[in-house]
Amino acid sequence: MPTILVPALAVLGLFLVSLFVGVSDVSPATILADPQALELLLVSRLPRTIALVLAGAGMATAGLIMQMLARNRFVEPSTAGTVESASLGLLAATLLAPGMAPLGKMGVATLFALLGTGLFFAILSRVPLRSTLIVPLVGIMLGGVVSAVTTFFAYRFDLLQSLGAWATGDFSGVLRGRYELLYLSAALTLAAFLAADRFTVAGLGEAFATNLGLNYRRIMGFGLSIVAMVTAVVVVTVGAIPFLGLVVPNLVSMVVGDNVRRVAPLVALGGAGFVLACDIVGRVVRAPYEVPIGTVVGVVGSALFLAILLRRRHELG
Amino acid sequence: MIEARSVSKSYGPALVVDGVSVTIPKGGVTAVIGPNGAGKSTLLSMVSRLVGMDAGTVTVDGLDVSRTPGDVLARRLSILRQEQAVTVRLTVADLVAFGRYPHSKGRPTIEDEARVEAALAWLGLDELSGRFLDELSGGQRQRAFVAMVLCQDTDYVLLDEPLNNLDLKHAVGMMRLLRRAADELDKTVVVVLHDINFASCYADTILAMKNGRLAHQGPPAEIMRPEVLRDLYEIEVDVEEIGGKRIGLYFDARG
Repeated sequence: MPTILVPALAVLGLFLVSLFVGVSDVSPATILADPQALELLLVSRLPRTIALVLAGAGMATAGLIMQMLARNRFVEPSTAGTVESASLGLLAATLLAPGMAPLGKMGVATLFALLGTGLFFAILSRVPLRSTLIVPLVGIMLGGVVSAVTTFFAYRFDLLQSLGAWATGDFSGVLRGRYELLYLSAALTLAAFLAADRFTVAGLGEAFATNLGLNYRRIMGFGLSIVAMVTAVVVVTVGAIPFLGLVVPNLVSMVVGDNVRRVAPLVALGGAGFVLACDIVGRVVRAPYEVPIGTVVGVVGSALFLAILLRRRHELG
Repeated sequence: MIEARSVSKSYGPALVVDGVSVTIPKGGVTAVIGPNGAGKSTLLSMVSRLVGMDAGTVTVDGLDVSRTPGDVLARRLSILRQEQAVTVRLTVADLVAFGRYPHSKGRPTIEDEARVEAALAWLGLDELSGRFLDELSGGQRQRAFVAMVLCQDTDYVLLDEPLNNLDLKHAVGMMRLLRRAADELDKTVVVVLHDINFASCYADTILAMKNGRLAHQGPPAEIMRPEVLRDLYEIEVDVEEIGGKRIGLYFDARG
C-alpha cells in the first residue's frame, strides 16, 4: 500500500537521525573506526531509539483504542485517569514492596490502570448527558482526584521525585537492559491490529456490535486491558507522554477516517515518528543539555491539539 | 416466524412492555404502530436481543434469542435502531462492508465484496461509496445504514423508526425500498412507524401497541378503522379510502 510507504520511510529516516544525534560523536564513519562509538551506539543510542519507536507506537495506538471504546475523539490514557492510576499503582508497589522487579511493578501498575479506566467507563455510563466535552472532562477530573491521592502519599514518603519521573516522559535514561519491557507494548500493539475490526464496530456502539454478533463487553474488556498494559509499561520504563494518543489518531482520522484496520498501522507509525521527532528536537534545541521529551511533546502536542479543536469546531455543537 | 411469549420489561418502576405475546409471520412487511411510550422500540430491542427481557421468551425460526450465540443470530436477524450519533468516520463502503462481518469475520471473500457492491447499488449509493458518513445528508446516511443491514443478508430485518429525520421524498423512498426488500429479496421486514398512513400503504400486517401491550393485530383494512384508531391514540380519526388505500385523516382530529 503506497499510503503506508511514505510514513514508514519517514519514520525510518527519523530512526537513523535519532541514532546519530547526541553529545558524543557517533556517526556511520566513527562506528566503523572507533570501538567506543560502536559500544555507545549499541548500549545507549539504539536502545533509546527503539524505546522511542515502541513507546510512541504503543501510546498512539492506545489512544486510538480509547477513542473507539469511549466513542469520543478527546479521550486518551492521560485524559481518562489511566496514566494517573498507573502512577498510583507504581507508587503503591514502590512503597509496599520496594525490592519488586520492574515486571512486577508493571503488573501492579497495569492492575491500577485497569481499575482506574474501568471506573472512568463506569462513571460515563451513569452520566445522563454524554456530550462530546463531558467525556474528557470526567476523565480529567477523575485523573485529578487519583493524582491528588498519589501526590499526597508521594509527599509523605518523600517520593515526589520518582512521581515526577513517571509523569514526565524522558528517554535520556534509556540504556540496554532498561527498556526491554517495551517489547511487551509492541506485542500488545500487534494484538490490537489483529482485533482492529472489533474496535471499529465497538466505535459504532453497543447496538451495532450486538447486531453483528459481537460480544460488546468482551471487546471493551480486551481493549481496556491493552490500553492499561501499554500505559503501565510506558509509565514504568520512560514515563507518560501526554497528548500523543490524542493528537496522532485525530490527525490520521482527518485524512484517512476511522476504520481501525486501515488506520491502526498509520497511527502506530505516526506515534513513533512524532515521538522520534520530538526527542530529536529535545536533544538538539539546547545541546549539550536535553529538554525532556514530555515537555517538547506537551508544547507541540497542545499546539496541534488546539488546531484540531478549531478544525473540529462544528462537531462540538 | 418470530414468536414472542409473555414478554415483559420494566425500567425501574415503569413497566414498559407488559406480557406481550405475538407472532410475526415470515415474509412481507409488518409495521408496529402505537402512541409514544407504548413499548414498540423496547419490544423490537428485546426481539433482537439488544435488550434483555425480564420475563418471557422470544424465538426466531425456533431459535431462542436469549440463548442462541450472538454470531449465529446475526446471520438470521438484523436490527437497525434509530440513528444514534455516529462519531466514527467511516466511508459508506466500509460501513456497508461491516454488514458482512457475521459471514466473513473480517476476512471478506469475493462473494462478500460482490454483496457489498450489490447492496450499494440497490440503495443507489454507488456514487457515494467513497464518501465519509459525516459528509452525507441525513437521508443519505440513513440509506447507508439500511444498506448495511441488507448486506448482512438476514431473513429478518428489523428497523426502529427508519423514517425519522427523513423528508417526504426520502420517507417514501425508504418505504418503497423496504417493500421491495420483502417482495424481491424475500426478507421479513418489521418496522416501527409513527405515521399510520405509511403503515396502511406499505405493510401487510400491522401490530398496534398501547401501554406496553399488544392492542390490535391485523391487515391494514382491519386496523385502519376510526374505532380502532380512537382506542389506540385517544383522538377521533376519520378514515377515507383514497386510491384503494385507507388513509387516516388526523390533522384536525378532535381529542
